[in-house]
Amino acid sequence: METALHQRIQAAGQQLATVLGAVETARISGEVEVFRLTIAGREELPIFITQADNQLLCICYVWTEADVLPARRLEMLEAMLDLNVAIPLSSFGRIADKYLLYGALACDAGTDDLVQDLLALSDNAIDALEAMAEYLH
Amino acid sequence: MSIFSKILTALRGSAREIGESVVDNNATRIYEQEIHESKAAIAKAKQDLTLVMAQEKAAQREIERLDKEVSRYEEHALAALDKTEEKLAEEVAAHIAELETERAAQVKAQAEFAGHIVNLKGLIRTAETRIREHERELAVAKTTESVYRATESISTSMGSGASTLGNARESLERIKQRHTQAADRMAAAEELDAEFGNRALEKRLADAGIGDTGARKGEVLARLKARRAGAAQPEANPEQGASDKPADDA
Repeated sequence: METALHQRIQAAGQQLATVLGAVETARISGEVEVFRLTIAGREELPIFITQADNQLLCICYVWTEADVLPARRLEMLEAMLDLNVAIPLSSFGRIADKYLLYGALACDAGTDDLVQDLLALSDNAIDALEAMAEYLH
Repeated sequence: MSIFSKILTALRGSAREIGESVVDNNATRIYEQEIHESKAAIAKAKQDLTLVMAQEKAAQREIERLDKEVSRYEEHALAALDKTEEKLAEEVAAHIAELETERAAQVKAQAEFAGHIVNLKGLIRTAETRIREHERELAVAKTTESVYRATESISTSMGSGASTLGNARESLERIKQRHTQAADRMAAAEELDAEFGNRALEKRLADAGIGDTGARKGEVLARLKARRAGAAQPEANPEQGASDKPADDA
């Protein structure tokens, strides 16, 4: 059965497709409701959307601890911290060994807000990966 | 310890696995119970508050009424004195004394109610602050928990977790390559579009007799007319056929 969140994400995916090209949305099975948004041409950087307590989190995993050049790790972390405030609508984060960019929205955020956040997140992820590539294997 | 410190401690715990509970479930339950109790306490305090505020207002009204009564009886007492009705004046004075005693009791009660109101308001504020703090802590704890659980689902769906994220640099290269290809395709399409666009424009210009082709048509016609006017030369006909071609194209 489709939840209200699923419908909103599908609507957001359709709007996003008019800007970025084909977008595929799918629900991931598991304990927590998680949706995956795959954008054509950006398949390596899918966006995951989940509701966490009182907010919607849009998460894009960008690299893992294993990707980081050990000698430049501290430099990378500082660069991420320095850049964090400037990134529009998204922030850097880390869950276990995965580095990520994420955007947080209120649970009742509308489709337009979701689209805006997702669009920014996808663009930010590519830019961030490019900017941080020098610290990665 | 702030909730952020607690979360950091939990996350840095020895060999924490994704999916393992980040937050002590017992602590979460205790917080939820405390929030529940605080909310009940606030509801009760608010009910009490409205009652006490009503009582305080009633006491205030009673004081005002007694003040009026005292003034009225003072007038009567003065009138009695004016009429040298000493005994009557004494009786009225006794009644005024009673009213004043009653008034003093009301003033005391009002002050007590007012004090009670301040206490209840303080109690409500404290409870509300505690709820806000607990709710925030719960939100942080639950979000952390939820995000880790979501990541667990995502990792499972991707296969063997980190490895399927792929090499980040390679991912970037692939995305960039695709973008370059897409950009090239777009540029080619634009070029093609411009070319067709130009041709259509040239045709319209030519149809209107403007531009190279239009001018050439005129020149050819003028040349032919000049030839016809010049003389009836036998070799003129085949030449005319050949010259017609560009004119037709135009």
